[in-house]
Amino acid sequence: MKVLVCVKQTFDTEAKIELKDGKISDAGINLIINPYDEVAVEGGIQLKEKKIAKEVVVLTAGTDKGMDAIRTALAMGADRGILVKQDAGADEYARAVALAEAIKAENPNIILAGHVAADDGSSQVPTRVAEILGLPHVNVITAIEIAGDKATCTCEADGGTAVTEVALPAVISSQVSWNEPRYPSMKGIMQAKKKPVATVDAVAVENKTNIIEFALPAAKTAGIKIEDDADVCAVKLAEWMKNTVKVEVK
Amino acid sequence: MAGTWVFVEQKDGNIRKVTFEMLSELKKGGDEVSAVVFGKGVEALAPELAKYGADKVYVADDDIFAAYNTGAYVAQIVAMIKEFSPNALLFAHSFNGRDMASRLAQKLDAGLATDAVAAEISAGKGVFTRAIYAGKALAKVEVAGSPVLATIRPGVWEVGEAAGAGAVVKAAVAATAADVYQVAKDFIPTVSARPDLAEAAVVVSGGRGCKGPDGIKLVEELADLLGAAVGGSRASIDSGWLGHELQVGQTGKVVLPNLYVACGISGAIQHLAGMSSSKFIAAVNTDTEAPIFGVSDFGVVADLFKVIPILVTELKK
Repeated sequence: MKVLVCVKQTFDTEAKIELKDGKISDAGINLIINPYDEVAVEGGIQLKEKKIAKEVVVLTAGTDKGMDAIRTALAMGADRGILVKQDAGADEYARAVALAEAIKAENPNIILAGHVAADDGSSQVPTRVAEILGLPHVNVITAIEIAGDKATCTCEADGGTAVTEVALPAVISSQVSWNEPRYPSMKGIMQAKKKPVATVDAVAVENKTNIIEFALPAAKTAGIKIEDDADVCAVKLAEWMKNTVKVEVK
Repeated sequence: MAGTWVFVEQKDGNIRKVTFEMLSELKKGGDEVSAVVFGKGVEALAPELAKYGADKVYVADDDIFAAYNTGAYVAQIVAMIKEFSPNALLFAHSFNGRDMASRLAQKLDAGLATDAVAAEISAGKGVFTRAIYAGKALAKVEVAGSPVLATIRPGVWEVGEAAGAGAVVKAAVAATAADVYQVAKDFIPTVSARPDLAEAAVVVSGGRGCKGPDGIKLVEELADLLGAAVGGSRASIDSGWLGHELQVGQTGKVVLPNLYVACGISGAIQHLAGMSSSKFIAAVNTDTEAPIFGVSDFGVVADLFKVIPILVTELKK
């Protein structure tokens, strides 16, 4: 069985966002694998360790900088990588088309991806990829069991937890609580340098959306801060909650 | 053009508040606003939807829609879009809403703005404000299409009663068993007397300063007194004190309550991203330098183990 994992390179979640010339500035920003995708990489590697998967291929679409994300996934234990070169400004539609094209050529049994990216927060791309490929999709999974050509997934759902079964091949999108991604070992990092990475150009498609403006939200300013004995603090906080916020007490 | 459609989020006949938020807001615009509801026995929901502004209620009623499944729901909405040509179709940015909207958008070869916090919709075009980097920045996105597609973040719009006609339009069932590719094996509802984190008016969150389950118990006690949802920072989730579904922040949930109470939370950037749009913020932390105080309307530099019990007593007075 072949597992393919889609990853996106994103800003570190601790990064502070600034604008330069009306665009999001990446100056001095540490880049990481989107945390939701990192979980998908770990999930793929675990399927290989359980002898369910024979090969784990990692795929990204974006600029050359994405090579770092691929190398990190290879250092964790993925077998080889594919970088689909695409403009950083590709929207969810164009990104999904580019990824789907590369996936078609690989013909994997399971396609894993994070259900959302920590940067744009769109949560569209894996679903779009599934639709383009005409495959089933299970979203926001926290556990998976593979038996034959079926995957049974536990999913975070509205108002509870769902258990959903789909036939493979399928696209499976991960929630961060699925697993705890490993840190690459020194040996893994050394091996990753020798693992093959193919580079291809993205199919040219137009975006379907257009970002017309970036802005920063109005900075929230600090209000009252008191340092006093706990009982004095508690009484004042209770007064503020009752009089200013007008909370209802059950 | 059949105005703007709102896809109704409901489970077992209980309509989620975000549906009413979307109807109320769109009704202000003056165009025809319709609710679209899929399920079994859901026609009975029409009067409730009319109360918040639905002029028409499109109903697809069949066993196949009894529970959400992507394939059947998308097949049905595609058929209805073809028949009725709505100008815009808005979904809630819930797990189901974003799943359905994304699959639909791709099927229509269309753009989609997800998790929008503001919308300007005109004929064939929508301009949506999206919070990116979990709210650290905002992007205005233009989406052209027929219909214009978006998912709307719960809690950004006010619910207001505005009577619509609520005329029921029964849609022919277009989805078939062949459209269903997900087999629902089980559903375990979250058993909690507390409101949903994403929709709660008050959220009380605990962080590293809670030190363990005893601290979280205090957070929960305060939350229950305020009818609040309980949340947590990454520290309390990673320590296993709270489930991941309760994480507030960039790799968790973004919340927009009227009041957010941060207990023992220092305020890492990725946590602030998830809660700093709350209307009122209170913080209790022993570290006077904690970044959480930079966004707090009312900050208390004190030990939460001492403050919360007295606060509970005072609030009960």
